[in-house]
Amino acid sequence: MNFEMGMYSVYIWPAYGISAVMLTAATLWTLGTWRRAKTKLAALETRGKAKA
Amino acid sequence: MQFLFRYANPHEFMRLSGRILPFAAIGTALCLCLGLFLGFSAPPDYQQGRTVLILFIHVPAATMAMGVYGAIAVCSLLSLVWRHPLSDIAARAAAPLGALFTVLGLITGSLWGKPMWGTYWVWDARLTSFLLLLFIYLGYMALWNAMEDETRAARATAILALVGAVNIPIIKFSVEWWNTLHQGESIVSGKLAPVFLAPLLLMMAGYGLLFVTLWMIRIRTAILERRARTLMQAN
Repeated sequence: MNFEMGMYSVYIWPAYGISAVMLTAATLWTLGTWRRAKTKLAALETRGKAKA
Repeated sequence: MQFLFRYANPHEFMRLSGRILPFAAIGTALCLCLGLFLGFSAPPDYQQGRTVLILFIHVPAATMAMGVYGAIAVCSLLSLVWRHPLSDIAARAAAPLGALFTVLGLITGSLWGKPMWGTYWVWDARLTSFLLLLFIYLGYMALWNAMEDETRAARATAILALVGAVNIPIIKFSVEWWNTLHQGESIVSGKLAPVFLAPLLLMMAGYGLLFVTLWMIRIRTAILERRARTLMQAN
C-alpha cells in the first residue's frame, strides 16, 4: 500500500477523513437511536405488565 | 408483489431483517477493507496522479445518493398505489442516509475538482442537478417533520418523492445532454482500467451494504418507536 500523496495530500486526506467521520457518525447515531428505542419499549412493556 | 406484502407485517420484517443484518454488516466491513486495500495499492493514474484515490469514495457516494432516492421513489409508489404498510416507514428511514451520501458526493467531488479542474465548484448541469437532489432530500425530510398527522404526511411526502424522481435521470444523463465540465460515464463503457475498476466496485458494494445495514436498523427502530407510542396511548 502506498500512502504517499505528494502535492495532492491536501485534497485526498480531507476527502477520506470527512467520509470516514460522517459514515462513522451515521452508524453510531443509527445504533444509538435503535438502543434508545429498544430500552424505551422494554420499560413500557415492564410498566404495562406491572399494571396488569 | 405478494412477496413484498408478506414482509409488510412488522413481525415478519423484524424476523427477516434480524437474520440478514449480521451478513450485511460483515459484508460491509469486508468490501470496504478490501476495496481500500486494493485502492491504496493501485498505481497513480497517468493523468490524475494520486487524486484517482478520490474516485473510490466519490463515485460510491454519488451512486448511493441516486440509488437511495430511487428506493424512496419505489417505496412511495408502493405506498400511494398499493398502500403497502411498511413502505412509508422505509421511505422515511432512507431519506437521511440518502442526504448523507449526497453531501459526501458533493464534498468529495469538490475536493477532486480543485486539483483537476482548478475550482471547487462550477454551475454545470451535473453538479447543479446533484445539488438539487440534496435540496429535494432536505425538503422531503422537512415535509415529514412538518405534518403531525402521519397518514397525511406519508401521502404528501410520497407525492413529493415521485415528482422529485424526475431529477434522477437528469443527473444521470446530464453529462450526455449538456456540455459539462464533469466527465462522462466510465464504468459501463469500459473506459476504466481494471486496476481501478476492482477497488471501485468493491467500495460501491461496501457503500451499498452499509446503506442496507443502516436502513434496516432505522426501519426496525421506527417499528419499535411505533409500538412504544401505541403502548403509551394504551397506558
